Amino acid sequence: MNFTLKIWRQHNADSKGGFETYKVEDIPPEASFLEMLDILNEGIVRKGGDPVAFEHDCREGICGCCGLYINGHPHGGFKGTTTCQLCMRKFKNGETIVVEPWRAKPFPVIKDLMVDRSALDKIIQAGGYVSCHTGGVPDANAVLVSKHDADLAMDAASCIGCGACVAACKNASAMLFVGAKISQLELLPQGRIETEERVKKMVAKMDELGFGNCSDTRACQAVCPKKIKVTNIARMNRNYLWAKLKGKH
Amino acid sequence: MNKLNANIPDGPLSEKWTRYKSEQRLVNPSNKRKLDIIVVGTGLAGASAAASLGEMGFNVKAFCIQDSPRRAHSIAAQGGINAAKNYQNDGDSVMRLFKDTIKGGDYRAREANVYRLAELSNNIIDQCVAQGVPFAREYSGMLANRSFGGAQVSRTFYAKGQTGQQLLLGAYGALSKEINKGTVKMFTRREMMELVVVDGRARGIITRNLVTGKLERHSAHAVIIATGGYGNVFFLSTNAMSSNGSAIWQCYKKGAFFANPCFTQIHPTCIPVHGDYQSKLTLMSESLRNDGRIWVPKDEKTAELLRQGKIKASEIPENERDYYLERRYPAFGNLVPRDVASRAAKERCDAGFGVNNTGRAVFLDFKEAIERLGKDAVESRYGNLFEMYERIVDQNPYDTPMMIYPAVHYTMGGLWVDYELQTTIKGLFAAGEANFSDHGANRLGASALMQGLADGYFVLPYTIQNYLADQIAVSHISTDLQEFADAETKAQRRINMILDVKGEETADSIHKKLGHIMWEKVGMSRDEKGLKEAVAELDDLRRFFWQNIKVPDVDGVNPELEKALRVADFLEMGKLIATDALMREESCGGHFRTEHQTSDGEAMRDDENFRFVAAYEYNNEDEPRLHKEELFFESIELKNRNYKS
Repeated sequence: MNFTLKIWRQHNADSKGGFETYKVEDIPPEASFLEMLDILNEGIVRKGGDPVAFEHDCREGICGCCGLYINGHPHGGFKGTTTCQLCMRKFKNGETIVVEPWRAKPFPVIKDLMVDRSALDKIIQAGGYVSCHTGGVPDANAVLVSKHDADLAMDAASCIGCGACVAACKNASAMLFVGAKISQLELLPQGRIETEERVKKMVAKMDELGFGNCSDTRACQAVCPKKIKVTNIARMNRNYLWAKLKGKH
Repeated sequence: MNKLNANIPDGPLSEKWTRYKSEQRLVNPSNKRKLDIIVVGTGLAGASAAASLGEMGFNVKAFCIQDSPRRAHSIAAQGGINAAKNYQNDGDSVMRLFKDTIKGGDYRAREANVYRLAELSNNIIDQCVAQGVPFAREYSGMLANRSFGGAQVSRTFYAKGQTGQQLLLGAYGALSKEINKGTVKMFTRREMMELVVVDGRARGIITRNLVTGKLERHSAHAVIIATGGYGNVFFLSTNAMSSNGSAIWQCYKKGAFFANPCFTQIHPTCIPVHGDYQSKLTLMSESLRNDGRIWVPKDEKTAELLRQGKIKASEIPENERDYYLERRYPAFGNLVPRDVASRAAKERCDAGFGVNNTGRAVFLDFKEAIERLGKDAVESRYGNLFEMYERIVDQNPYDTPMMIYPAVHYTMGGLWVDYELQTTIKGLFAAGEANFSDHGANRLGASALMQGLADGYFVLPYTIQNYLADQIAVSHISTDLQEFADAETKAQRRINMILDVKGEETADSIHKKLGHIMWEKVGMSRDEKGLKEAVAELDDLRRFFWQNIKVPDVDGVNPELEKALRVADFLEMGKLIATDALMREESCGGHFRTEHQTSDGEAMRDDENFRFVAAYEYNNEDEPRLHKEELFFESIELKNRNYKS
């Protein structure tokens, strides 16, 4: 297959970026989007150029490293699919594909298609955990968890922290990301004890780092490669409201 | 003098760890604050160690190669984690888990370490549940289990097909908690370039900042290496792209012994290779072998028709299918250990029964499971794996059997460590896949997660204190010491040498050549002739690299330079793997020498001559010195692995 690629190139955070056009030819339809970029880069390097920088690691859709804005959609907009698991057979032969980095104020560009997502780590550091220490914990079966709650918690916990939800939101909101973590821990008795403190701290940190409020468009849910639901945002809002109300008395 | 002392505590096997803990030296809280510890890598072993040591009050500096500690490749582990809880009342116990692991490793692991691992397995599950890891549950609210290869009990805990992710996020949560408290300082996007040794003790590391490209010096009273395995020496593997062997290789070159390099694990159930542009192989969890049945056609002609795409799997009647694992190993069937399942697949494909266009695939079929359990039950167990398969292969595994083939997955070898997980360099510890300690010649499924977390949560926090107890008088280590300057110069020289070649070949293209040699001649089956050829070819390829590598000389982010530096190390490491495989004139676990097999093609161990850990000391690139740590089996009888009856 042959494609024309319009790729965002930007030398570093301070420089001004712009699109550059590349042609790639004879791409096997089974190749992943990232393997197509490998082939492009191999050619660029051989000609003495600077290859396109992009983030990637596991290439099996779980590490959350990769994330490209493809034809105006995070991860290309294919349901439940990360960029690394997107195969070129999903595109039309001869198609022009536009590739950009995540666009969001809290995610500054490092180079080309790489952005700095450390803001997501900072939100987790503010309270996205159970504060137990190593050792001295009860037997695993001492606290029962209903299968229903455990399954819901697992669905929320499957977030890979890629940031597509932020990139898709017109407010650059991280509420799906934060809501998923709040929900996972709120649904389990082990985590519920700290919900009020947790939700206040994580929301405050999210605001401080420049993430916007929920846009109510559900764009985050539509693009989430792990199909995380906006009901997690609702659960977070309920916890937040309760925590704030309780805090006043 | 034998330099290798495993420092195994005295006493009966089941009391060794308890006795160690009661006799080890401790560091009091006010002194802990004065001691710095470096942890390289934030996978299960690194993150759990950094978090636990931070909680205890040490000053921890943690380093990871990705943009966030949450992305380490432990995250990709799918199937589960073993523990001897016996929640299923099916006869499990610490002793049974210990025995299964020793047997699964083909009697090439140390008894005391493995027993400790089995003992700690239960604490891990408790710890993870307390952290909010959403393990699968029964309707009763109790934890659910499933079975895995190499065991006849159901002892594997799981979180859908994303167990590694959930355990890593648990450890990442604990790590985040400590970062927030200030006990752990996190350095992301850093790659370790050199180990700094001062007066015979590990005192720091040199890292390369992957954003600025600058070299940085970091000092500590002790260094923990938890950088995972070296499977990417084969180019195509199930490892992540940035998984590399450079950190352990630099430690080796500084004097840490490298143990059992040839023990590499080929995982039987991966999506087959489909093209030479391919960058990695995708694993399909071992848990699929619980319900999936592996087969090829009985008739070679039928296989030929499949390869030509003239018939479909579903058109082949039941009586013309050869469920070869069930046929050869009636007692364990499709749940034989990984090495056995992989070799059996290769044997069928080599004999002409491969089922895809390359002839390198066998079927993994869920038809019987769907009939027995219903589609919904199968979906709830394996839904996300089926989806992943369909996304990559464009075939629906509910309707047509999966096609799978073995691929490089895990490396049992690694830095030699004693019972305390200390390497042959004082103050240098290795944890998780980076060490060699617990899996012998073959790792059982769902045991890597167990080992990584045991090392990080429950072993190192004790053993490192025993080392640091006599370091309390040593003040903060200055990075102005000559040893730091020398190490930094050495790292810079290596970078410059690569940039100065200005050849015509990319790092990937040379890495692919390396992978080809390794897979063909140092892969699933090995023989003397092939291994000798591999050693010679690797020498040639290394020369080729240093004459032809091309890396763009740009400031800041430079992924081509990162890759080239790793490939340079892999080329040297490949030779050590081949050398070790040549030395080990027996077949055991994942190491199969075709000269040493039984008449029905099973591995033939040689306990008389090879019942030892091969630990290599760096001398120069061509002549590593071999040291042997003899293995003693006092609690378990050495016998041939039998999965047939």
